[in-house]
Amino acid sequence: MRPEWKDFVGGKWENEVNVRDFIQKNYHLYEGDESFLAAPTQNTKDLWAQVLDLQKQEREAGGVLDMDTKVISTITSHGPGYLDKSKEKIVGFQTDKPFKRSLQPYGGIRMAEKACSDNGYEVDPEISEFFSTHRKTHNAGCFDAYNAEMRACRSSHIITGLPDAYGRGRIIGDYRRVALYGIDYLIEDKQAQKDSTGRVMTDDIIRLREELSEQMVALKLMKEMAASYGCDISKPATNVQEAIQATYFGYLCAVKEQNGAAMSLGRTSTFLDCYAERDLANGTFTEEEIQEFVDHFIMKLRLIKFARTPEYNQIFAGDPVWVTESLGGVGVDGRPLVSKMSFRYLHTLTNLGPSPEPNLTVLWSTRLPENWKRYCAKMSIQTSSIQYENDDLMRVTHGDDYGIACCVSSMVIGKEMQFFGARANLAKCLLYALNGGVDEVTKKQVGPKYRAVTGDVLDYDDVYAKFMDMMEWQADVYVNTLNIIHYMHDKYCYERAEMALHDRDVKRYFATGVAGLSIVADSLSAIKYAKVEPIRDEDGIIVDFKTTGEFPKYGNDDDRVDMIAQEVVHKFMTAIRRHHTYRNGVPTTSILTITSNVTYGKATGNTPDGRRKGQPFAPGANPMHGRDTHGAVASLSSVSKLPFKDAQDGISNTFTIIPGALGKEDQVFAGDLELDLNK
Amino acid sequence: MQGRIHSLESFGTVDGPGVRFVVFVQGCPMRCAYCHNPDTWDMNGGTLMEPAYIIEQYERNISFYKGGGITVTGGEPLMQVDFLLDLFTLAKKKGIHTCIDSSGIAYKTSANPEWLAKLNQLMTLTDLVMLDIKHIDPEKHKELTSQPNEGILAFAKYLDEKNVDVWIRHVIVPGITDDDKYLYELGYFIGQFHNIKALDALPYHTMGESKYEKLGMEYKLKGVPAMEKKDLLAKKESILEGIRKRREELS
Repeated sequence: MRPEWKDFVGGKWENEVNVRDFIQKNYHLYEGDESFLAAPTQNTKDLWAQVLDLQKQEREAGGVLDMDTKVISTITSHGPGYLDKSKEKIVGFQTDKPFKRSLQPYGGIRMAEKACSDNGYEVDPEISEFFSTHRKTHNAGCFDAYNAEMRACRSSHIITGLPDAYGRGRIIGDYRRVALYGIDYLIEDKQAQKDSTGRVMTDDIIRLREELSEQMVALKLMKEMAASYGCDISKPATNVQEAIQATYFGYLCAVKEQNGAAMSLGRTSTFLDCYAERDLANGTFTEEEIQEFVDHFIMKLRLIKFARTPEYNQIFAGDPVWVTESLGGVGVDGRPLVSKMSFRYLHTLTNLGPSPEPNLTVLWSTRLPENWKRYCAKMSIQTSSIQYENDDLMRVTHGDDYGIACCVSSMVIGKEMQFFGARANLAKCLLYALNGGVDEVTKKQVGPKYRAVTGDVLDYDDVYAKFMDMMEWQADVYVNTLNIIHYMHDKYCYERAEMALHDRDVKRYFATGVAGLSIVADSLSAIKYAKVEPIRDEDGIIVDFKTTGEFPKYGNDDDRVDMIAQEVVHKFMTAIRRHHTYRNGVPTTSILTITSNVTYGKATGNTPDGRRKGQPFAPGANPMHGRDTHGAVASLSSVSKLPFKDAQDGISNTFTIIPGALGKEDQVFAGDLELDLNK
Repeated sequence: MQGRIHSLESFGTVDGPGVRFVVFVQGCPMRCAYCHNPDTWDMNGGTLMEPAYIIEQYERNISFYKGGGITVTGGEPLMQVDFLLDLFTLAKKKGIHTCIDSSGIAYKTSANPEWLAKLNQLMTLTDLVMLDIKHIDPEKHKELTSQPNEGILAFAKYLDEKNVDVWIRHVIVPGITDDDKYLYELGYFIGQFHNIKALDALPYHTMGESKYEKLGMEYKLKGVPAMEKKDLLAKKESILEGIRKRREELS
């Protein structure tokens, strides 16, 4: 065994890249409570005060403190940057100083220029010239290949939010590999992968060989970048500080080269705990020191920043990075994957205060240790900063070493990746079905010229059949647009750092998504159970509806409408599955427009459910606002009927409840008289 | 036997342990000044529902109610003992935790034996009674609720004899039920029992007021402020003192 691995339990992981095997052999399940956790050190407090001051300056400067306009960001483009070198236990920034946003033109030069100019900066003209004349970008590639129909769909927003001008993100490198194996071993492994490709040079093999070479370059650069901070990551980490640092460096390389729509971290806590337990046992570090490393690590993750345009921020409601870290969950052998490190991660919300980033996501199972459940609940109440996902549901598909990219996209770390595909606007598709492919806002013929609905009252069977036809068309143009996008992204904006930390043969999910599901369900329900009269404008285009009578609404545990929602999802997924996908990606769909529902609503006309033109959609799979009138369980129950097998990329439900409705404070009512009496 | 039901709530978190399916029955003889459900008073209103229908609604979403169960509140549940017997018989067959939130007003020591027999039977099917004692003093009780409290206090004794788990609830209204003397007396009274599992001191809130306006009814507590949390905790302590004192005397 290598000296860096001393005291670890050996196994398959010693002879192959297999982080899961290492974790399973070495992690310590922790079933105790949070009383062991340590308070922030003086260094942590000082650094965080510095960050708060910089945040204030950034806000006062209008949201951006500094932007790089001259240096194209690569793994090694910038020298080391620090807050306060003497105090930082975990180091590394995207550029040469904190709060300075990097320049990343490979996704699209115009987007990079606009991100700068909207914030009062200007990209160096030489760089603009270079990326317009000499080096093609992902964005330029897409538009070279798009056909007229795709462009029309894009501008009418029936397909929307497409990652054709910005980084697609949603790929999680297995950053833990850097810590466990060291870069040198990973390069050897990649070389062996390259040597083992097929000998017949088909397109696929040629691309794979080129990509593997790119990955090896990225690994070499990672080592150089780390060295500039005085760290040697060529060999495995020898203690928890080095392990956290190496893991972070892996991630840092990804965000130096990709301004992706979601740049998630993976599932690192219980992996790192193996090192922490070893160090505690050997007396290498104390609990205070380990918590300090974690605090500094999380602090760095909170400071990941990208150059973005106001329009982008509008789609994603703010400036999210989606540094999602998945915590907890249960192993396939039934042992919960909760460690002390899981607690330490959540404890940063106490030591540094609440924060939306990193997006700490608890993989929830009924079989998690009680103390962990209680601690999660407590921290949720105190900080409102924790996301929850159903581990019992996802473990069936992904096993026990998957992570979440963005908000809900699940993938096995280092073995699966995703082609992110934004969404299809289903509410608009329904309106296209009524109007024979004419856009209700622009009045342009965007979709195929199918027969429009005639008559004074909408007939359910007629509308449903037309909707299914239009959805087939929408799925067709959507998938083929995505095929172009991902081809071009691979070609011009390849994620070499992230893919270097994947296996050679990865499973690629071809993600699609839908927006406006609850509007479609309620609209179809209105047509079926009430009387809906279309109102046509002077051109004969249906622009409004008169609905008389009651109809069941999605969100009330009423099967009459919930089954419509379920069927629409199934039919959409069936239509998607019918198409060829780039690199044989496995098609999935999601119902998770958590933030972009507002912009999608703006581009969509009146709908038969009574929603007015421009009004926001409900987020994700939520019922429309105010229509769920039968209490929380009934509302959740409607959502839970949506089939995961047809929406494997995730179903989200945004749920807000006033604290008082969730029960009473312990102080007021602990539910035990003896406790009260003995106070 | 069908129940006369005001409404069903699928996500109750403050009416018994865990997340609960809450059945609000229609009809109550009390006229508590602070009642926030005056729409449940009328004995003839509401909707008739079969016990089996209610259990079906519960079972549809059973996975939400782990650690919870069914709570019947109202209105006054014990005005509909026949319905409760049928509902809880079904519930216990399915292993559902059952809870009644009651003012105890239906109970009389002089009640007819047939009714008492049914109540005895019901108590064997009931896991928890939340007994809401409005006031310990007979006169003040009558002022506040229009009814005497003799039977209610007897019901507390009855529950102790039947060894049914009880949570005592008491709404604390500024200037009306917040006199430390009476709170202590209340504690002293319940301190004699062995089946009291929890004390739920409820702070008065003004959210019921708008309902009175809607129903065109006069709200007797107009202008009375809501109970602040810190005051509530002090008042709860007065009740606890009474309990401690009684227990000390008895031990």
